[in-house]
Amino acid sequence: MTWHAVSPLDALPRDRAVAALLDDHQIALVRLADDQVFAVDHLDPFSGAHVMARGIVGSATVDGVEVPTLSSPMFKQAFDLRTGRCLADDSKCLAIWDVRLRDGMIEVRSRVPGAAEDRPEVAS
Amino acid sequence: MSELVKHVVVIGGGMVAHRFVEALRSRGESGLWRVTVIADEPRPPYDRVALTTYFTGRDPEDLHLGDDALWQDPMVNLRKGIRATHIDRDGRQVRLATGETIDYDHLVLATGSYAALPPVEGNDLRGCFVYRTIDDVAALRGYVEALRRERPGQPVRGAVVGGGLLGLEAAGALRELGAQSTVVEFAPRLMPLQVDDGGGAQLRSLIEALDVQVRTGTATAKVLGARRGLVTGMRFADGPDLDVDVVVFATGVRPRDELARSAGLAVGERGGVVVDLSCGTTDSAISAIGEVACIDGRVWGLVAPGYAMAEVVADRLLGGSATFPGADSSTKLKLLGVDVASFGDAFATAPGCLEVVYADAVAGVYKKLVVSDDARTLLGGILVGDASSYAALRPLVGTELAADPSVYLVPDTGGLPLGDDLPDEATVCSCNNVSAAQVRGAVTDGGCCSLAEVKSCTKAGTSCGSCLPLVKKLADTALEAAGVAVSRGLCEHFELTRAELFNAVQVTGARTFSEIVERHGRGRGCDICKPVVASVLASLYGGHILDGEQGTLQDTNDHMLANLQKDGTYSVVPRIPGGEVTPEGLIEIGRIAKDFDLYTKITGGQRIDMFGARVEQLPLIWRRLVDAGFESGHAYGKSLRTVKSCVGQSWCRYGVQDSVAMAIRLELRYRGLRSPHKLKLGVSGCARECAEARGKDAGVIATEKGWNLYVGGNGGFTPRHAQLLAEDLDDEGLIRAIDRFFVYYIRTADRLQRTAPWLEELPGGIDHLRDVVLDDALGIAADLDAAMEQHVASYSDEWRDVLEDPEKLARFTSFVNATDVPDPTLRYEQERGQRRPVLVAGDRIEVRG
Ligand code: SRM
Ligand SMILES: Cc1cc2nc3c(=O)[nH]c(=O)nc-3n(C[C@H](O)[C@H](O)[C@H](O)COP(=O)(O)OP(=O)(O)OC[C@H]3O[C@@H](n4cnc5c(N)ncnc54)[C@H](O)[C@@H]3O)c2cc1C
Ligand code: SF4
Ligand code: FES
Repeated sequence: MTWHAVSPLDALPRDRAVAALLDDHQIALVRLADDQVFAVDHLDPFSGAHVMARGIVGSATVDGVEVPTLSSPMFKQAFDLRTGRCLADDSKCLAIWDVRLRDGMIEVRSRVPGAAEDRPEVAS
Repeated sequence: MSELVKHVVVIGGGMVAHRFVEALRSRGESGLWRVTVIADEPRPPYDRVALTTYFTGRDPEDLHLGDDALWQDPMVNLRKGIRATHIDRDGRQVRLATGETIDYDHLVLATGSYAALPPVEGNDLRGCFVYRTIDDVAALRGYVEALRRERPGQPVRGAVVGGGLLGLEAAGALRELGAQSTVVEFAPRLMPLQVDDGGGAQLRSLIEALDVQVRTGTATAKVLGARRGLVTGMRFADGPDLDVDVVVFATGVRPRDELARSAGLAVGERGGVVVDLSCGTTDSAISAIGEVACIDGRVWGLVAPGYAMAEVVADRLLGGSATFPGADSSTKLKLLGVDVASFGDAFATAPGCLEVVYADAVAGVYKKLVVSDDARTLLGGILVGDASSYAALRPLVGTELAADPSVYLVPDTGGLPLGDDLPDEATVCSCNNVSAAQVRGAVTDGGCCSLAEVKSCTKAGTSCGSCLPLVKKLADTALEAAGVAVSRGLCEHFELTRAELFNAVQVTGARTFSEIVERHGRGRGCDICKPVVASVLASLYGGHILDGEQGTLQDTNDHMLANLQKDGTYSVVPRIPGGEVTPEGLIEIGRIAKDFDLYTKITGGQRIDMFGARVEQLPLIWRRLVDAGFESGHAYGKSLRTVKSCVGQSWCRYGVQDSVAMAIRLELRYRGLRSPHKLKLGVSGCARECAEARGKDAGVIATEKGWNLYVGGNGGFTPRHAQLLAEDLDDEGLIRAIDRFFVYYIRTADRLQRTAPWLEELPGGIDHLRDVVLDDALGIAADLDAAMEQHVASYSDEWRDVLEDPEKLARFTSFVNATDVPDPTLRYEQERGQRRPVLVAGDRIEVRG
């Protein structure tokens, strides 16, 4: 599983997401106000359209902890950015990608061997 | 249907019959009875109490009672336009005017009353009317309008015989029809049954100030007629004749008890079917309820006691043992815009009781409270000119007042000790006999979470509406006390409602989400509160919606300035103000659609929608539109959508104003205006209403003299007809009224609350709105005007602004690392000569689970 350089951090607006293309796989990159970056699948599992990067970035309280979220612009389900878990429906989640920053460049790596769109092991 | 199901037949399809059917069907054991309602009038039961609103432009259908589900219930059979003619008690059958007979196990008489026609010579001339049914008021209106057509330029002169509740309603109706009106009352004062001499005198001067003539202590001797049998005047026992064209008799009612009489049932001395406290007649298989019943020796001409009787009979049929709880004649009315209320022992008949009177002839107010001899217990009262304290005072009858009686009468002595401390047993809604305990219980035990739910669950506030402020207060207090479940806040980040947040932001002057959430909320926001804050900021400060941090708050549609489609592409709907478009414009739209291969459709809002534009194509499409003189438009966004227009005066042979020009003016004025929900307008060139303006948030209909403005209409999920706010406005007056209405709505409505539900929840409703918009009752009109001026002055084409700003433009790329590569998963197939999306990814995902 290799790291892919996707975009300079500076190209990303804060508290919003952008889409990126890796071969023919689409991911959503989210940069929070404090410059933490998350990468998840751009594919919205509810609508089947590649739109996640156009959702609203925010937060939700999960088990007493405030977690960063991304909500689908299509039907508004929110996903926990740390785990990809859908807060509205346990049976759906977003694949999440490892992210690191090298010289101002965002690099991502798939967590799962094989098909990138497979379900990830949920981290938490 | 099993044989165990019995059949109850109701004769009469009025207000009380409706309540009976509803009560019967809403109980658990309701499967025991099927019910047939025989209704003489050609329509379902309607709200007779609100009959006069027929003249203020309300659709008669708005008056209907009972939702469709009730009348479509297979256990309910409503037979309209059929009269029952005979009761065969031995055979337990009712005969109908059609000759048909119907068997019953139980019979309920709910035939109401006739309008009494006094035995005055000439009472049958053409031009004489009574005031009881929709047909009566429709006939009155038709006659007045016909007179006006026949004699243009001449005033129509009307008179009403009877100065009671009905008479003043009728006088109001004449005035609404633009006729002159004189009220003739036999007693020495107006509303002799409800108010005393002091109240009557005040009422008279208020009514006269409205250009309604009043003659009290006057007996009508004769209606004078001309040869064609038309009314020309009236003659009185003394005093000069009066020239009139129309006479409305409003001299009381007579129970429609003829069926009961001929069936041999006991009737009261002054009419009415005699019933006991269970509403049973002398035949155990027959009950009587409502205005036709004579209960405890008296016939009630009010709806509340009728409703109580309906509940009693429903309960009895289902095995209960309810009895008539008694009633009182408390009333609150708004007649010709004048408040009149009387309650409890209004005429101070209790021995030793005291009267505390407050009268201010300049302000036009007369208020009296009747209290016990120690001045502590409230016994009753009369309020004329200002009855705002009625809802709070009436439930206190029989209880000890918390303060000196005068405190309750003098205006501006600070908050009245009312509402929350109301005893549980106090009746809050007298129309529907709902106690404070029931309202509180609806929240604490019934799980209601809003005023609307409390209303539908308890029925409180659903008839005359005068108790609504009190019901709201009680419900709110109970909701707040319940605390846990019922945050009215926006979401987990804000405990404030949208209106509260608007206020808070306005007061603190905060300009960014970070600042706002820090001061008034918590966390980092979500897809609910962020767009709300964006909308509030847009309303307060204008500016581009993608400026700075605001861009992060926008929902995808506002973020991309286009409407998201199911495959992730967007639609573009060029603004076409008023639906007017040149042939060149049409051709260019066609070319753009062709060049980008966009699916094209004419919308329901008089413009053209082009679907299937990819993110990276949007700026290219806007460029083409801008060059052709268009702007892209809002088919998305909580903002102005379209101003629909008919063709109007320039072409249409019926048009009386230039509806297209006005629609264009309005659309250009309000475009881009951010609001709690979308806003739609319509402008019709005449009353034929081809633009369906009354289905819009603001509907404008041309008149000979100007424009009528209707507000609070919509289609969609819960269709509502707009209500008349103002008449015959000139262009500037119209725009000022819409400006103020919109800004007031924008500042006070809830998130995603359209104007109709907002208006419904607004305390005081359309009357209050009229006070604010036309009479500046809150003193905020200048502020509202300034807010709209700011919007108009700062408007700029959002889409063109993006084209001119590289930073904003940078958002419109498909991928951050491959800016022009289209989404590789988009697939299309052809249908009817255009493309449609095929959802490859969606199908796969859905199969997987
Ligand atoms: C295009 C159009 C249908 C058509 O092909 O004719 C349409 C399409 C949409 N309507 Fe509509 N409505 C369209 C006329 C209407 C009308 C008729 C009218 O305006 O005369 C109504 C009923 C009237 C009304 O609004 O009072 C209407 C009632 C709705 C509603 C229900 C609103 C309600 O109060 O219940 C929604 C949902 C909402 O707004 O929350 C809605 C929402 C939508 C959205 C925006 C849903 C969405 O978010 O994707 C649709 C997308 C439009 C797009 O992608 O471009 N649309 N929609 C019409 C655009 C008119 C225009 O030029 O702006
Ligand atoms: C203009 C106006 C304003 C009013 N304002 C108020 C107010 O503010 N507060 C208040 O409490 N009350 C008010 N009232 C009185 C209130 O409307 C009545 O008390 C109430 O409607 C009585 O209901 P009901 O069902 O007994 O009779 P109705 O509503 O009169 O219904 C009786 C129905 O039975 C039908 N019917 C009669 N005989 C037959 C037959 N043989 N076969 C078939 N159908 C038959 C009639 O056509 C009628 O539709 C007002 C009335 C009017 C006219
Ligand atoms: S509303 Fe009146 S003016 Fe407009 S098109 Fe229809 S008939 Fe003509
Ligand atoms: S008192 Fe009339 S609706 Fe409540």
